[in-house]
Amino acid sequence: MRIAVASGKGGTGKTTIAVSLLLSLAALEDETRPSKLQLLDCDVEEPNAAIFVKPVIEGQEEVGILLPEVDPALCTHCGRCAEVCAFHAIAVFGEKVLVFPQLCHGCGSCTYNCPTGAIQERMSPIGTISWGSVPDCPGVRFGQGKMNVGEAMANPAIRALKKKMLPEVDGGVTILDAPPGNACPVVETLRGADFALLVTEPTPFGLHDLRVAVQVARGELQIPTGVVINRDGIGDDGVLAFCAENDVPVLLSIPLDRRIAEAYADGIPLVDAVPEYRQDFVGLYHKILTLVEGES
Amino acid sequence: MADDPQQLVVLSGKGGTGKTTVAAALAHLAAQELSLSIADADVDAANLELVLDVQQVASHEFVSGLLAEIDPDLCISCGQCFEACYFEAITPGGVGVPYEINPTACEGCAACYYRCPVDAISLLTPPCGLWYESNTRFGPLFHAHLFAGGENSGKLVTLVRQQARLRALDDHRDLVLVDGPPGIGCPVISAVAGATLALMVVEPTLSGAHDLSRVVDLAAHFGVPAAVVVNKADISDKRTEEIEAFCAARAIPLVGRIPYDTVVTEAMVQGVPITEFSDGPVSRALIHTWGIIKEKLVGG
Repeated sequence: MRIAVASGKGGTGKTTIAVSLLLSLAALEDETRPSKLQLLDCDVEEPNAAIFVKPVIEGQEEVGILLPEVDPALCTHCGRCAEVCAFHAIAVFGEKVLVFPQLCHGCGSCTYNCPTGAIQERMSPIGTISWGSVPDCPGVRFGQGKMNVGEAMANPAIRALKKKMLPEVDGGVTILDAPPGNACPVVETLRGADFALLVTEPTPFGLHDLRVAVQVARGELQIPTGVVINRDGIGDDGVLAFCAENDVPVLLSIPLDRRIAEAYADGIPLVDAVPEYRQDFVGLYHKILTLVEGES
Repeated sequence: MADDPQQLVVLSGKGGTGKTTVAAALAHLAAQELSLSIADADVDAANLELVLDVQQVASHEFVSGLLAEIDPDLCISCGQCFEACYFEAITPGGVGVPYEINPTACEGCAACYYRCPVDAISLLTPPCGLWYESNTRFGPLFHAHLFAGGENSGKLVTLVRQQARLRALDDHRDLVLVDGPPGIGCPVISAVAGATLALMVVEPTLSGAHDLSRVVDLAAHFGVPAAVVVNKADISDKRTEEIEAFCAARAIPLVGRIPYDTVVTEAMVQGVPITEFSDGPVSRALIHTWGIIKEKLVGG
């Protein structure tokens, strides 16, 4: 079971919800506790879940994309590589071949199409992924990606993180904390998820971005989708009306609460600051299970 | 380039810290003294239009990048496209069952197109968003909607920002104001590279401070000077002090502390910049911030 937590608008509480769900399930002491459990922070541009989970990092590896490297002894400057590159990331000027790493997607097309075999692929790091365990939560795994500052592409780090970590809890529960927005890194995080949990706030900005997030998750990717309304009580009724009109279930509402905001400021998870919420997050999990089972 | 308008970009690293609230207020305040051209560079969650009372003048399709498509009648299920694709965008068929492209995973690299031995793959150029030119009472606004889950958000950011700059050049406008996206990846790079000043809106939390340091590094990487404004500063005095210390250590000017006030949400619901809606503490803090930023822009 893979639950992706996304939002459209930033700062609505994705990480708060993802971490609280993880810790609430980890604290269960009966047979309803998922046998295996992990959280993956897929916001590789600005990963914050570790601030709250405080994992013990046990390993890490560099991740990157495969950049072309041209052997001048073999290159005939025919220009085929530049012709096949869909991203204008390689160019041939006279007897010089230039590679533009910021534009390269590492697709391997130039390497394959080079008629003289002059191109080799060389891993160029764009960031790291790391993983470990969570103190006081036996058996719970944590993974995160972190893109190097100045790199453009988040997707390779997200892909590498999922590839490494998803098999680890096969048959268990993986919670994926998505980046904000509705563009390709969000799609990369959501792809393959069994459920999209969209966190929003009841404001015009929250609603505007939630609409697109529902289109991405339920429309494009056809993943069952539900909503958590955070900071309930501010703003207006637009989000509730939208959810009712579009049959998007609202699974949990968390009122605006200064205690939660202050705990967040200090890196304290919501369910540690206000433990009575644990029950609500366990309830949220059971609602998700019911919705996912209803789909299959 | 001497006549190039100055460009102020509002960033944050972390999402939801108040970039758009600050940008809308700056549009209102700056327009009282300068002529503006405005760009919303958060193209996959574009919200500035919700508080600037926009009158749309023109809308254009944004076409960028390719999408592969397999003709099921021509596919011989050889699997070569599957091997060629580094992006897990091809769903294998089977014996006699054609392979399929997953459009949400396809990066449009065309590797499969060149690999297919029977020319069963074609390359489409679907529109991946819309961009608009609108009028607001503070100046023209260039904004966009990337289609759900779209690729190439960085290119769309470049486009709206470039349009805003060209308009400023045409009309001899003083300042291009850019409301940026969260994060530090390709759309942020497109929003910040070449700007005159990056104003970082940060909230006083551990997450906010962590993300601030990364976006400050990004601005430095591109040689763009930064300034910092702390939003909801009274949520945590301790974290606000830590951010002040960080700014001092990095020689980044701290240009304001905005208090937390639910009046900000009320202004958003009414669809107006906070500085037009209220003359309370939040607006006074923003007026103070604009005063300092104006000095930096005019003086720089």
